[in-house]
Amino acid sequence: MVKLSTGQALQSALDMALSLDETVFIAGEGVGTSIHLDPNLPTHGLLEKYGPKRVKDTPVSEAAIAGLAVGASAMGLRPVVEIMFFPFITLASDMLVNHAAKLRYMSGGKNAFPLTVRVKAGVNFGAGCQHSHNLEAWIAHIPGLKLVFPSNPLDAKGLLLSSIFDPNPVVFVEEMLLYWMPGEVAEGDFRVPIGKASVVRAGKDCTLVSYGGAVHTALHAAEILDTEGISLEVIDLRTLVPLDESCVLDSIKKTGRLIVLHDATRFCGFGAEIAAIASEKAFDALKAPVMRVAAPDIPVPVSPPQEQFYKPDSDQVTEAVRAVMDPSVQRRQ
Amino acid sequence: MTAEGLNSQLRREIYTDMVLIRKFEEKLIALAREKARVVGMQILSYGQEAVAVGVVKALKPDDVVVTNHRSHGHLLAKGADPKFLMAEIMCKATGVNKGKAGTLHLAVPEINAIMTSTIVGASPPLGVGAAFAQQYRNLPDITVVFFGDGAAAEGSVHEAMNLAALWKLPVLFVCENNYWAGAQCLPEHSCVEEIVRRADAYGMPGAAMDGNDVEAVYKTTREMAEHCRSGKGPVLMEVRTYRMRGHGEHDPCHYMDQVELQQWAERCPVKSFRHRLMNENLLTDKDFAAIDAEQEAVVEAAVTFGDDSPFPAAEDALMDLWINS
Repeated sequence: MVKLSTGQALQSALDMALSLDETVFIAGEGVGTSIHLDPNLPTHGLLEKYGPKRVKDTPVSEAAIAGLAVGASAMGLRPVVEIMFFPFITLASDMLVNHAAKLRYMSGGKNAFPLTVRVKAGVNFGAGCQHSHNLEAWIAHIPGLKLVFPSNPLDAKGLLLSSIFDPNPVVFVEEMLLYWMPGEVAEGDFRVPIGKASVVRAGKDCTLVSYGGAVHTALHAAEILDTEGISLEVIDLRTLVPLDESCVLDSIKKTGRLIVLHDATRFCGFGAEIAAIASEKAFDALKAPVMRVAAPDIPVPVSPPQEQFYKPDSDQVTEAVRAVMDPSVQRRQ
Repeated sequence: MTAEGLNSQLRREIYTDMVLIRKFEEKLIALAREKARVVGMQILSYGQEAVAVGVVKALKPDDVVVTNHRSHGHLLAKGADPKFLMAEIMCKATGVNKGKAGTLHLAVPEINAIMTSTIVGASPPLGVGAAFAQQYRNLPDITVVFFGDGAAAEGSVHEAMNLAALWKLPVLFVCENNYWAGAQCLPEHSCVEEIVRRADAYGMPGAAMDGNDVEAVYKTTREMAEHCRSGKGPVLMEVRTYRMRGHGEHDPCHYMDQVELQQWAERCPVKSFRHRLMNENLLTDKDFAAIDAEQEAVVEAAVTFGDDSPFPAAEDALMDLWINS
């Protein structure tokens, strides 16, 4: 194990993939030469190491970048392309939604698209809503795309390597605030399986399901609740598609309560899917209504107090947990 | 073989392929008017056979074709088996894509017709990706991208051409200008009617030609393909033809000028090539009758194969999305 930031862990995964397999290449806006010199950025230093044949700076052309990935993967390469910020994925969406996700199906299984789209996400940059907008629920709604959203350096490395070598198209979301967060990371060709959630804190009173940077909000809330004698179990989904339902359901059956937390907006957010699955498959175990803690249904504001107001914090989580723990809201069994 | 001289064997093959496509689609015109024989919009290349055959015959077998919603001619010219295409158009389990593509999304990767997209303007970025793989692997092959004059209005076409030219990718962009984008004719959807002029914007060679003259299309494609193959980057061909049917067979064509349609019918690419071959005494009436009968039999056998094939099981709809990892 070695101590790395999440950005360096991602860089280590890209480096490993490039060294393991000649069919892997990286393309995107500024993936070779970036305006940023920060060594914590995932593609930092890769152009110098692997050269311009395998680390390709592109024009500002998201549709062509995604088309490059779809076409090259159909020919057997393993493209790893970067869409700089999550809202820009709208410009690449035709190639992802109508092609990467559908062409294998419509070919009757003849085509394969082993591509990875890395996309940077997150609130708290003061960049405004055209640079900050978590669209994971859109991606999750498209059959044919896998969706990975790690919360820490170790998972980031292991899941990125699994994504690159997965035979299906994968959208891999990187929470930018985590780029600078350090952690212990396995060396070498370390993989975390896609489709497996992780119980990051065991508890008995209430289950909280989250992913990405919001997992840290949940863990902070869990510490506060612990001082009040409430034991919160925190599940980090890590992969949104395919979803590890049994991890979530097993936990609900143990605790009887469920809170879902994400930095994306509430309405039709990914949390709604978790709530629906809990209702369909663990109704008898639920002692209280499922609660969602999510951003308000507005674009991400730019002014600091408003941006902070937008992002769900640990106080909102503790409040929601206390609400479902209140004996007056308990369901009569 | 030089670009100038098409030998008699090749000219016969070219003519035969054009007849196959014509007969295949004449059959689809008939089937589209019967109840429950074919599924979905029949979007045909009837009258545009010289584009498909002229371009594809000038390629090598390992060259890749990425096509669009009007794909039947391109795929037959590339060598797709008419039986499995017809069964697919009928959405049968024996179809080339197990009934999951239907008439519009036929993909035949085994003959390097790797992808077909009905999203207008999608074939250029897809083809850029395929050509990148060819360049990355130092292959001697090129990628041909078919798109229409209507697609030329899509932003993705600009992005694809810019990237292909910037990276000198081996892409042969073939704009099959059939004068119609749905119910809008070229001057109604493009401020510059000569699509080929856009080649200048990307610093790539461009060529426009009569798309109803199969030998002209063939010769230009040979030259342009050679440019791509030699590592000099992409080229743009504008092949000017005319959409002789509606957008699809469901289209009553009320907006089309009947006089203009008649003028283009007189320039039918199959008929004019036939006349040329006859005038040059390459083929006789007897030869033409034999080719007609042979290709009719191929099409009839394809329809019988399709008719005799089962539909896929309903629950097989759940298959073919993921690859197990």
